[in-house]
Amino acid sequence: MSLIFILISSIFVNNFVLSRFLGICPFLGVSKKVETALGMGAAVTFVMALASAITYVVQYAILEPLNLGYLQTIAFILVVAALVQFVEMIIKKMTPSLYQALGVFLPLITTNCAVLGVAFLNIQYEYNFIETIVNGIGAALGFTLAIVLFAGVRERLESSEIPMAFEGFPIALLSAGLMAIAFLGFSGMKLG
Amino acid sequence: MNFIKNLTRGIIKENPTFVLVLGMCPTLAVTTSAINGMGMGLATTAVLVGSNVAISALRKVIPNSIRIPAFVVIIASFVTIIGMLMKAYVPALDAALGLFIPLIVVNCVILGRAEAFAFSNGIADSFADGLGMGLGFTLSLTVLGSVREILGAGSIFGLSLFGASYEPVILMILPPGAFLTLGLLMGLINWKKKKA
Repeated sequence: MSLIFILISSIFVNNFVLSRFLGICPFLGVSKKVETALGMGAAVTFVMALASAITYVVQYAILEPLNLGYLQTIAFILVVAALVQFVEMIIKKMTPSLYQALGVFLPLITTNCAVLGVAFLNIQYEYNFIETIVNGIGAALGFTLAIVLFAGVRERLESSEIPMAFEGFPIALLSAGLMAIAFLGFSGMKLG
Repeated sequence: MNFIKNLTRGIIKENPTFVLVLGMCPTLAVTTSAINGMGMGLATTAVLVGSNVAISALRKVIPNSIRIPAFVVIIASFVTIIGMLMKAYVPALDAALGLFIPLIVVNCVILGRAEAFAFSNGIADSFADGLGMGLGFTLSLTVLGSVREILGAGSIFGLSLFGASYEPVILMILPPGAFLTLGLLMGLINWKKKKA
């Protein structure tokens, strides 16, 4: 029950992009086409689930027993960076076609603050190992949902007439604002 | 001469938020009030100045092929230091900014300046560049925070502006308000530029 609660809450109620503001850079940068947005979402989901699991182990098996809590930031960013590199190598070796489709976006995941953010939040909420992984997957699915929906909106924006001053980022931000209002509706959901 | 140029460039001409569109996550997330925006801006400035100077000083020692991991470790160290200082001296602000203090590590403004400026310039110039970019970031976060606080709470820096009869636009301090305010401000700046 509580696992479902965590999952739904991290996908809808506390959507990472639209209510927590994590992962805005890829959200604005890689959302011009639905297909690339989907690819990005898939890669982020994979990295986030793995990063949640590994940072959990690092925190409770290495940092806490050795009283190195103050190294958390440095340790976590290194884990994420190494993980992204590792995932990149695996995908390149196993499925070259997917590697080509994702190409540039893969290394960019390192600086996606959603990945590092979910790692910190897991520790902050004192989730256990299973909850940590569920939260990681839920957060990533929420990210995917937001970026794919937004890409759909932007594909239509391409062919509409926009005032000159609002072309590009301003109109994208305003559309994201309207989407965020829609997602506010989920905050009324009472769960658990 | 050069020092002044490096210092002022980041504030208006290459403003990290409105012109370069970098570091969007903290920009949108913490600007619910003017003071939060300013605090976040200043914390980022401190990290940026520190990391720019350190990276510039070490630029002949760091091998080119592993420069990005090296940058990340240097930046993370400064973020840890600033985070501890804030916890000790301004606990209220630290609590308000919460998660976004450790997340300064992945602020693309900082890594961007390390790569684009500090790694290939002298210490004094890198200091000026870091300070200028940081102040530009602080300026735009404070402006965003002020607009949202005035509309969403009817106050600025905590001082009430319109008296008790003012009905605040609560939407502006909720998440959607961040997107709407930044979008409208950017549109306004573009419009001004086109007219000039």
